[in-house]
Amino acid sequence: MNVVVCVKQIPDPADPGALDPESKTLVRSGKLILDESDSYGVEMALQLVDAAGGGEVTLVSMAPNDEQSGLRTALAMGAAKAVLVSDDALKGSDALTTAKVLAKAIGRAGDADLVLTATESSDGYTGTVPEMVAEILGLPSVTFAKSITVDGSAVKVQRQTEAGYDDVECPLPAVVSVTAGVVEPRYPSFKGIMAAKSKPLDQVTVADLGLEAGQVGWAGAGQEIIEVSEAEAREAGTIVEDDGEGFQKVVDFLAELKVI
Amino acid sequence: MTVSKIWVFAEAADGKVSNTTLEMLAKARELADTVECVSTAGNDVAAVVGANGATAVHNVPGVDGKLAGPAVAGAIAAAVQAGSGPDAIFLATSYDGRDVAGRLSVKLDAPVITNVVDIAERDGSLAGVEPIFGGTTNVVTKFTASTPDIFLIRPKSFAAEETGGGAAAVSDLSVPDLGATGAAVVTNRFVEEQTGPSLDDADVVVSGGRGLGESDSFDMVEQLAKSLGAAPGASRAIVDAGWVPYSYQVGQTGKVVKPNVYIAAGISGATQHLVGMKGSKHIIAINKDPEAPIFSVADLGIVGDVHKVLPKLIEALQNR
Repeated sequence: MNVVVCVKQIPDPADPGALDPESKTLVRSGKLILDESDSYGVEMALQLVDAAGGGEVTLVSMAPNDEQSGLRTALAMGAAKAVLVSDDALKGSDALTTAKVLAKAIGRAGDADLVLTATESSDGYTGTVPEMVAEILGLPSVTFAKSITVDGSAVKVQRQTEAGYDDVECPLPAVVSVTAGVVEPRYPSFKGIMAAKSKPLDQVTVADLGLEAGQVGWAGAGQEIIEVSEAEAREAGTIVEDDGEGFQKVVDFLAELKVI
Repeated sequence: MTVSKIWVFAEAADGKVSNTTLEMLAKARELADTVECVSTAGNDVAAVVGANGATAVHNVPGVDGKLAGPAVAGAIAAAVQAGSGPDAIFLATSYDGRDVAGRLSVKLDAPVITNVVDIAERDGSLAGVEPIFGGTTNVVTKFTASTPDIFLIRPKSFAAEETGGGAAAVSDLSVPDLGATGAAVVTNRFVEEQTGPSLDDADVVVSGGRGLGESDSFDMVEQLAKSLGAAPGASRAIVDAGWVPYSYQVGQTGKVVKPNVYIAAGISGATQHLVGMKGSKHIIAINKDPEAPIFSVADLGIVGDVHKVLPKLIEALQNR
């Protein structure tokens, strides 16, 4: 079984984010890393291919500046190969354009039985790209999966709901988005890291995918940011060091608020 | 009014219309002459959405036992293409809301403005206000093309308000052939048992994070919550670590809460978490690290070890 996993390479979430004052997009000039949200999809894909007893995991990613380090991390976990779309024309792309590019890249990756994604990225978090990719590819989809098993030509998914979860069955090929935390992503081994360096990475441009520059990036985005402003800050509170009696401050505050 | 017609995607579970639906209806009424709903359970929601200002419900039939995304998006897109669609569509940032918005975006080749906490009016059109960087910065985005504006709106962004209107008139939208996209089937539904108040409705929320050190320590959060009649919650870090189910998660990815009192125990306050709780009226934080960002939003901060503070706090509350 062949599984394609869409992964995003993002600025380290531990670093404070910044907006480019001109373009009003997230500054991505520093080193990018594999979005932790995507490590669950990669792990899930590796387990499913293993359970199927054959096939491979292919990564698909769109990133600026030929960025590969996040892809190498996922290759080191065990993915076989990757397609990277990197092109200056992609700057300013919105979620819909991103989905169009990813759908083309998935096609280039070969016949996929299953496409996995995260539920949302940690930097843009629109949470719409998985469904968009499915719609563009004309595929059924199941979002917010907490477990996935493949049974012949169908996928069985436990899908998160407000109340609990639904069992959902869906014929393959399909797109499934994986909820963070549902599997334990493996750490790349030293052998894996060394092997990842020579795994095939197919780097392509927008033109290679048969898209025109005018369809993507700023030109393709049907929305524009018109204002950026500071949000109203909360008033500074009282911060005290616990001297063994810190709990009493909490009790007093709760009493003052008439909660107790 | 800024626009003439807004459609709100009305969600319901077990016949109960979601709070976010009612919140969106209240905002839509401020902005449009006509407010109508789209629903997969038209007859179930008609009375309640009518009492909250919707005059019509466009029912999407045949979604029982299916996922809402493909059928609802297909029906809305068909209405828009036939010229009977709205100027804007409001959907909740929920499981089904995002599914519908994503599919609809592709069908109409129109973008979605996501994570919206307010709708602003700019030059006679609607614009979405989205908080970024943990809510320290607001970004206002508007559409550049004249397709229906699609907004994904975060829960608890607006106050619901009844108008006392009668039941909305229900009629069916026609659903086009969905081909392979409609092939997913729901075979079973599981409801996870929940005791005590829910995160959505609780007056007090007590959440735990990685500072608890190990999964067994979450018992302290449960105990504190119980003694306050509060709902227990969690940061993404410990949900990802498998200590508690996803349904506990407060934050960008989980639930947005706005209780009277929010107690964060052993939570550092990553952007991901702050977005989900900084609208709380009063915030109490307990954390070892005096530099933790959670203290920047706290009304009362205790710099200390949760393993020392929580047991004493629980004991003091139980002795009252």
